[in-house]
Amino acid sequence: MSATGIGASVRRKEDHRFITGQGRYTDDINRPGQAHAYFLRSPHAHATIKSIDTKAAAKMPGVLGIYTGDDLAADKVGGLICGWMIHNKDGSPMRAGPHPALAQGKVRYVGDHVAVIVAETLAQARDAAEVVVVDYAVLPAVVDTAKAAGAKTVVHAEAPDNTVFNWHLGNKDETEAAFKKAKHVTKLDIVNNRLVPNPMEPRAAVGDYDAGDGVFTLFTTSQNPHVARLVLSAFIGIAPENKLRVIAPDVGGGFGSKIFIYAEETVCVWAAKKVGRPVKWNSDRTEAFLSDAHGRDHVTHAELATDAEGKITGLRVKTTANLGAYLSTFSSSVPTYLYAPLLSGQYDIPAIYCEVDAVYTNTAPVDAYRGAGRPEATFVVERLVEVAARELGKDPAKFRMQNYVKKFPHQTPVIMMYDAGNYGASMKKALEIIDYKGIGKRKRDSAREGKLRGIGFSAYIEACGIAPSAAVGSLGAGVGLWESAEVRVNPIGTVEVLTGSHSHGQGHETTFAQLVSDRLGIPIDNVSIIHGDTDKVQMGMGTYGSRSGAVGMSAIVKAVDKVIAKGKKVAAYVLEADEADIDFADGHFSVKGTDRKLDFGSCALQAYIAHKFNGQDLEPGLKEGAFYDPTNFTFPAGVHICEVEIDPQTGVTKIDRWAAVDDFGNVINPMIVEGQVHGGIAQGVGQALLEGAKYNSDGQLVTASFMDYCMPRADDLPSFQVGMTVTACPSNPLGIKGCGEAGAIAAPPAVINAITDALGHEDIAMPATPQAVWRAAQKSVKRMAAE
Amino acid sequence: MYAFTYHRPGSARQAAGLLAKKEDAKILAGGHTLLPTMKQRLAAPSALIDLGACGDLKGIARKGRTVVIGAMSTHAEVAESAIVQEAIPGLAYLASHIGDPHVRHRGTIGGSVANNDPAADYPAACLALGATIVTNKRKIEADDFFTGLYETALEEGEIITKVVFPVVSKAGYAKFRNPASRYALVGVFVAKRGSDIRVAVTGAGEGGVFRWPEAETALKARFAPKSLEGLKASSKGINADMHADAEYRAHLIGVMAKQAVAQATGK
Amino acid sequence: MATLSMTVNGKAVTATVDPRTLLVQFLRENLRLTGTHVGCDTSQCGACVVHIDGKAAKSCTTLAVSLEGASVTTIEGLAANGALHPMQEAFREHHGLQCGFCTPGMIMSAVDIVNRRGHNLDEKTIREDLDGNICRCTGYHNIVKAVAAGAEAMAGQGMGTKEPPRQAAE
Repeated sequence: MSATGIGASVRRKEDHRFITGQGRYTDDINRPGQAHAYFLRSPHAHATIKSIDTKAAAKMPGVLGIYTGDDLAADKVGGLICGWMIHNKDGSPMRAGPHPALAQGKVRYVGDHVAVIVAETLAQARDAAEVVVVDYAVLPAVVDTAKAAGAKTVVHAEAPDNTVFNWHLGNKDETEAAFKKAKHVTKLDIVNNRLVPNPMEPRAAVGDYDAGDGVFTLFTTSQNPHVARLVLSAFIGIAPENKLRVIAPDVGGGFGSKIFIYAEETVCVWAAKKVGRPVKWNSDRTEAFLSDAHGRDHVTHAELATDAEGKITGLRVKTTANLGAYLSTFSSSVPTYLYAPLLSGQYDIPAIYCEVDAVYTNTAPVDAYRGAGRPEATFVVERLVEVAARELGKDPAKFRMQNYVKKFPHQTPVIMMYDAGNYGASMKKALEIIDYKGIGKRKRDSAREGKLRGIGFSAYIEACGIAPSAAVGSLGAGVGLWESAEVRVNPIGTVEVLTGSHSHGQGHETTFAQLVSDRLGIPIDNVSIIHGDTDKVQMGMGTYGSRSGAVGMSAIVKAVDKVIAKGKKVAAYVLEADEADIDFADGHFSVKGTDRKLDFGSCALQAYIAHKFNGQDLEPGLKEGAFYDPTNFTFPAGVHICEVEIDPQTGVTKIDRWAAVDDFGNVINPMIVEGQVHGGIAQGVGQALLEGAKYNSDGQLVTASFMDYCMPRADDLPSFQVGMTVTACPSNPLGIKGCGEAGAIAAPPAVINAITDALGHEDIAMPATPQAVWRAAQKSVKRMAAE
Repeated sequence: MYAFTYHRPGSARQAAGLLAKKEDAKILAGGHTLLPTMKQRLAAPSALIDLGACGDLKGIARKGRTVVIGAMSTHAEVAESAIVQEAIPGLAYLASHIGDPHVRHRGTIGGSVANNDPAADYPAACLALGATIVTNKRKIEADDFFTGLYETALEEGEIITKVVFPVVSKAGYAKFRNPASRYALVGVFVAKRGSDIRVAVTGAGEGGVFRWPEAETALKARFAPKSLEGLKASSKGINADMHADAEYRAHLIGVMAKQAVAQATGK
Repeated sequence: MATLSMTVNGKAVTATVDPRTLLVQFLRENLRLTGTHVGCDTSQCGACVVHIDGKAAKSCTTLAVSLEGASVTTIEGLAANGALHPMQEAFREHHGLQCGFCTPGMIMSAVDIVNRRGHNLDEKTIREDLDGNICRCTGYHNIVKAVAAGAEAMAGQGMGTKEPPRQAAE
């Protein structure tokens, strides 16, 4: 392994600009003549708009234009779309209401977009917004996930019972039979709390229109600028693709929330032409809370069947998923195909049946947030398994290992074909790291101090690199999920790699360069990674679902292989040998059995000067592209163990230890992979202990700022002990599985299992705030006294 | 923010003059409550009178049996002051735990006391220590100063110039922070001056900071955490919000009071 | 409008601005120093932290006009003569950043911690003193490592010696 090759913890190439304040985020971009947009939002969760009077506002200083849904409709601007069609149990399509970028006749959640005011300055736009008169007829709101279906209040006429779809997966009859035969059944009611993604950079957009050649440009905070262009062109109708350029420059975190095509970005690029000026919008944090797509929000009843030996024989799950007031871009896929297929966990479960009802409510749209469906599934499985072990009087680690899938490939009853893994190896390593043997003593030590100590396991599996395209198409996806790469070799042998993946914290500029440097045997500084601009990269699918390693890098491998193949042809001419006799290794083309060789840079030069070959026999130049469509999902898996100490006096839960052992397949850059694990765990701990978006019964978001929505701070978290095991993924050329979401998927059940172990009962919901834990601990203390 | 005119007087006297002249003017001290409120367009003063250049409002000094803290002293200055650390270490500790380090570099004692946020720390110290709030017009005892949520005895045109704290034999502060905002969910300041014992509670009261007489009585017998064993604060008149209901807050008052006494007694 | 003059990253700056201009707006919009970021509107996230007269402060909660005569240092002014500040170097070396958005505020806060607390920082102190800075990417694990290492490296370069507290009245 070289110091900068695959497997090395290369320090990040992108860091210099970030640590010196030279990053270029969307809000750092200012276009000449730029105006500012402010969105007038609904203060009501549900209301009919009787009228909007903009006359006085239009006369306010600096105002350039005020537009409403009617103006968008007049320009034939289409509504926002949901790109994944789900079918009901009876085969009928899901029931979706329209989603106009600016409200037409009705508002459906607090923060819904009523009008946009474009003015010379943001302050002027805000001033004008205050004199727009909107006459609302306020309607009752439906907010509660569990009570939405069949409620009197109807969010969309298209779904009169507020149910978007009722969907199922698995084998109902076999599952019912398994439960009939079961020796023991474990039952749990679970609420998976609603979260707000909160990347530190709020969303932003700068729309620009060049009247000379009719080209729109949108700078935006996107994880997938090409998908944004596709949707803005093909569905919303802003402009044809060749007249619309989307640029996602440095993006300050996404976690899913910047996948989607939102109202504000759409309106900014459209309004740029309307006012004949570039139009900028930068979300403030309150707007982010109100209008970024939220995550999770499931209510579930789940049951696990076991036989006399403690073997899991069946799992049945009934979930209601809150999708909010409108269907966001990929919302429908999250509680369905990203959820139920993961319900087998790491276990050999012969019968699984899952039903999901998705509901509309008067709340912000809910879509993919770090893990998307898989954290919800893992929480169900890992809570059930932990509780089952407790009820059966079995050690939770041993109970898991007893039920692990041990032979691969393994076909689950819920679509997935697990291709490779060694779950026992990760468990053993995690038990060592956490010092499982010492837990008894540590619990006694804590008890002496009046504290409650507990340990919790989470043996998660997830599915990354959603694929292949034909398969996801058959499940309802509106797009293919391949990735593209283009490798441009310059005449002196430096390389530009254009990728359809997008980096917003993942460090692609480093890891992708490591790969190319390693494969071509050239210095890493000779490799530049280009992404995030539809004028540079032809097409791509972007970064989410931990797909950039498994899919994005595989596309690069494919293109690099083509470059090497072409280089061999060039080298054959230069070295006057047969192409079949040319080898490529360590940055040199050589002739088998001789000492004749040509370094990569010289080969590139020869390819461009084209003096040594006939242009009719071999095309000059050295540039290759590739599209890579995987053959299967990848299946990262691992074990996280959390140890907590609770102060029953205050209810404060301190995370004392955390062991994470993950199998991500082959790893390109361990430093970056570990960083992804740390960040994922923090978000998972946030869900378990701190974070929860709350609406009151009127549909007002009462956690709409960092004052009330608790973000994890440094002193809420411990340092993590991270280990790895490796089984290479057989379905892609690098053997990579993906690491971006594992921590967020694994962490919540580990924390809650630890807390319930400490408490001695299962009665605690997420987020387990100090107040909730204090109250639950009173019950424990009483119970202990009674015993 | 809405537009305003900006004034930067060089003394408290000039500031008072401006305040009297300008309608709807507001005093700007550290700005860490006022500016966020103005950014949200929830306050619209026509003029801001910035006390930042008023040299006469700065400084910390020991005067006999008191510590005198200029209104424009930042939380960090109070926390790091050798005088405060020596005379009333519990007060220095409190100041060192207000907000976060950046807030402590800008936020001031005068601003905090004048604002009387029900979750602010300083009001508890003022009340428990029996501080005197000195304005450009008069002296107000802490007992009379904090009159309700965000309400004080300050009158129109009145500016806090300094806060005078009696030096006590023992003082301690314990705070349970709101996990999200990091303000006090419950903060308890205890002080012992001779036989006079005061326990003041912030963060928890529906009407802002208040004293807890039962705890004071209990601590009179013996100033030790043990004296508070089994003593429960009533949940009547206690705040309830999504972070903590009245029962939990009331319980925390007892827990924090014990911690504060432990700190004051070095146990 | 109001006039102001201050020193930013060692350079004298004079400007006429609307009094409601926040320091962060002045830096980003007037001076085009876009390394200082805005991540919230409730003065909590710390993405906007700069040094005012050598002390960390939130530039989103400070009026530019109130800094008459002050000296402001932003992330752009931390590296001297092209050489990275040891804290910047430590963040890179220890992978203390991912998306980079909170990073300028984090680094300015980290330098401030060293200025206040010296070069030997334990994990607990670092975590508590990062109270005013939120990161959503790193889980803080590597930030904590970076701050400790950066503090040590600052000692090696004779930086961050604690200034005597300015208490004129004492």
